[in-house]
Amino acid sequence: MASALGAQPFAQDAPEDFFGKRATGCVQEEGFCPDWIADNYDRYLDPFFQHVILTVVPVAIGFAIAFTLALIAHRRRWLIGPVAGFTGALYTIPSVAFFFLLQPLTGLGRTTAIVALTCYTLLIIFRNVITGLNAVPEEAKDAARGMGLTDRQLLWRVELPLALPEVLAGLRIATTTTVGLAALAFLAGGGGLGAELDAQKYFKSNVAVAGGLCILLAAVLDVIILAFQRLVTQWQRAAAA
Amino acid sequence: MTHPIVKLVALFVVLALALTGGACGGDDEGGGSDGERAAGVEAIEKDPANQGKSFTVGSKNFDEQFILGEVYAQALEAAGFKVDKKLNLGSEQIAYKALKSGQIDGYPEYTGTSLTSFFDVKVDDVPKDPDEAYQLTKEKYAEQDITALSRTQFENTFRIATTKEKQQNLLKGAKTLSEVAKLPNASKLSIAGFPECRQRADCLLGLKATYGWTPEFISDEGKYDPIDKDRADLGFVFSTDGELVGDKYPIVEDDKNLFPPYNISFEISNKALKDIGPNGEKVLLAVQKPLTEKVMRELNSRVSIDKQEPEKVAHDYLTQFGFIK
Amino acid sequence: MAEGGSGVIDALAFLGDFGDAIEFIFKERESTSKGVMVGGLSELGGFALTHMLVSLVAMAVAIAIAVPTGLALGHKGKGEFLAISISNVGRAVPAVILLFFFVAFIGNGFRNVAFVLILLAIPPILTNAYVGARQVDREVVDAARGMGMNGMQIVRGVRLPLAMPTIFAGIRTSTVSVLATATIGPFANLQTLGEPILSDAIYGFSGQLGGAIVVAVITLTADAGIGLAQRAVTPMGIKLAEEPQAKRRWMSLPTRRREAAT
Repeated sequence: MASALGAQPFAQDAPEDFFGKRATGCVQEEGFCPDWIADNYDRYLDPFFQHVILTVVPVAIGFAIAFTLALIAHRRRWLIGPVAGFTGALYTIPSVAFFFLLQPLTGLGRTTAIVALTCYTLLIIFRNVITGLNAVPEEAKDAARGMGLTDRQLLWRVELPLALPEVLAGLRIATTTTVGLAALAFLAGGGGLGAELDAQKYFKSNVAVAGGLCILLAAVLDVIILAFQRLVTQWQRAAAA
Repeated sequence: MTHPIVKLVALFVVLALALTGGACGGDDEGGGSDGERAAGVEAIEKDPANQGKSFTVGSKNFDEQFILGEVYAQALEAAGFKVDKKLNLGSEQIAYKALKSGQIDGYPEYTGTSLTSFFDVKVDDVPKDPDEAYQLTKEKYAEQDITALSRTQFENTFRIATTKEKQQNLLKGAKTLSEVAKLPNASKLSIAGFPECRQRADCLLGLKATYGWTPEFISDEGKYDPIDKDRADLGFVFSTDGELVGDKYPIVEDDKNLFPPYNISFEISNKALKDIGPNGEKVLLAVQKPLTEKVMRELNSRVSIDKQEPEKVAHDYLTQFGFIK
Repeated sequence: MAEGGSGVIDALAFLGDFGDAIEFIFKERESTSKGVMVGGLSELGGFALTHMLVSLVAMAVAIAIAVPTGLALGHKGKGEFLAISISNVGRAVPAVILLFFFVAFIGNGFRNVAFVLILLAIPPILTNAYVGARQVDREVVDAARGMGMNGMQIVRGVRLPLAMPTIFAGIRTSTVSVLATATIGPFANLQTLGEPILSDAIYGFSGQLGGAIVVAVITLTADAGIGLAQRAVTPMGIKLAEEPQAKRRWMSLPTRRREAAT
């Protein structure tokens, strides 16, 4: 399939030292290479921070939306069904598809990824807030009303504090799930650790680091929320005492 | 008395800061040697007239595309343009949409792919001559207000590869696809390819149409991994793959010329082309000139085998050939 | 990029695509990269069958493993931190990573994908079985012990039925996850409904949307079906006795037993 014009107009010789000798070793064998990891860990930093953003932002926005919806639905019970249904429907869209399907609307890039990931957090958080509020014992509410608390005071001083464990449990689940889903954000041009993984799928060192960082991120975020929960519980106890 | 959880969180924060600090303090390894420039190469000069002009380079989602995208982007940067990189867009359909909608100003595309995927040309109707294929591509893109810059010397076409051992045992030494198609165990052979290959006329379907051969298709994202690990007997690979350096994987020849030409041509919207002007165009064409199949394979191997980052590989290419310091 | 006005146009175009996607599901058409017919009920039906089969197998195995284990651990009261933490962290492992990781060890195909899905499905069921078993009232368990039941009998006769609603909630969560994740099948040579979603160059945007719609429909149906089964299986006593609590159980993901709130 040589060009009719011949190679001449294009040819340019490479400098002599360009074609180096093929190296061999752990990296070329696609193995697990601690040396390589130590030398190259910096290529994972940007993706890691992108992944943090891809987790924290959707969870924050999702929490704001779902929490608000849950507060509204808590007072207007008929809303629970429809909201749960809608957020549930969003949840059933396979994440892989979601990253592609949003593109005509929001284009390629981080925004699309964040929109998709936010949608996935909604159901989990909504369900848990409603559940937490539902589980508040009637006696506690009656006692509060007996003391003359308004509905709003009831909500913020009695119901929510008692619902907090359930709410935070939902937050933890939403966060760890989002870390995993964000690994697919690269399909929408959103970067993250998934992009690194996809670049070298069979290179064990790469899979180990990219995957390991995902797990680390999830564990740390989980611990942070747990810590927050313990702190708040301690405050509550101190305030009550 | 600090709660153990608080200690853990503090530890993490310290670690995070340490890593960031490390990154900031780190240096990148010196790139190209100050050796001789390749013959006929002019260094790219920063042109003050280009300052303030911006250009977005896109690319598709595999190694060669990352490298090419970086090469073009870094070249334009060296010429003084402000370059935005949107590499790893996705498949050719997504990249083409991005180009047409103005999300990117240009990206490297293959002539064969353009014709068959965008312009409704049947695989059999694509001209076998690379220059004719390029001319046709150029005409078709012109109708879309896009300019196809001159083609590269190298092409990245499909190849069918196998291991030396399999060629001896399973293929009985067959060297061309016609020979393989005539083997008694032909339909029992399996061939690996990326998922879309199964339904592409210029991939698996072409084997049936041109050679009358229907092997079992194994949808697999790894190119050489399946034939190495015995998940498949043969594999669809690409002619500029880094793994092909050194003849480790014998190629079964496409003697009936099933695969159309796949030279790279940088597709750039006419508006963006006017913006960067003839000097910008010159830069783009200059950096792609030395790209022979051998050079491209070397670059690809640095990414796919040596696991270097495309950005660094592109930078080294530009410095070693003398385009930038 | 897109200015405000064209945003509306994009939205309208999207609606049009929706109609096109429905058409894709039912009628064959030429692929976007030309040369072959794709779409239509028979092709999608094949994908859907594979999709549902691998999900079903994965769920069956996951339930068989996770429910007894969770119940046993919950009965003993051991390993709570581990059970719940593994579950949390397990959620964060991208299934895609597991898939590629296993391709190297188990190879391609049904087994690989099923294995990954099983690993994905176990954590929510395990956690819920654990929490469900744990939440059974001390008094009920003591009464059962007083009646002479041994550990195994207590688990089967007391903890299991009472934990049913919670376990089912976990199964629902898992099922939705599994069905959604089976879309990565094509990466391991398994043609599930992920095939039209991932190969946009062949199936086009309508194909992607069509595939996604089919998955969503299957998932919603499965979710509703399990909900019904859950209602059927919840012992009547619980349904009557605990009005607000019952709502809690079938809607929620696991709750920790509130310790010192009382």
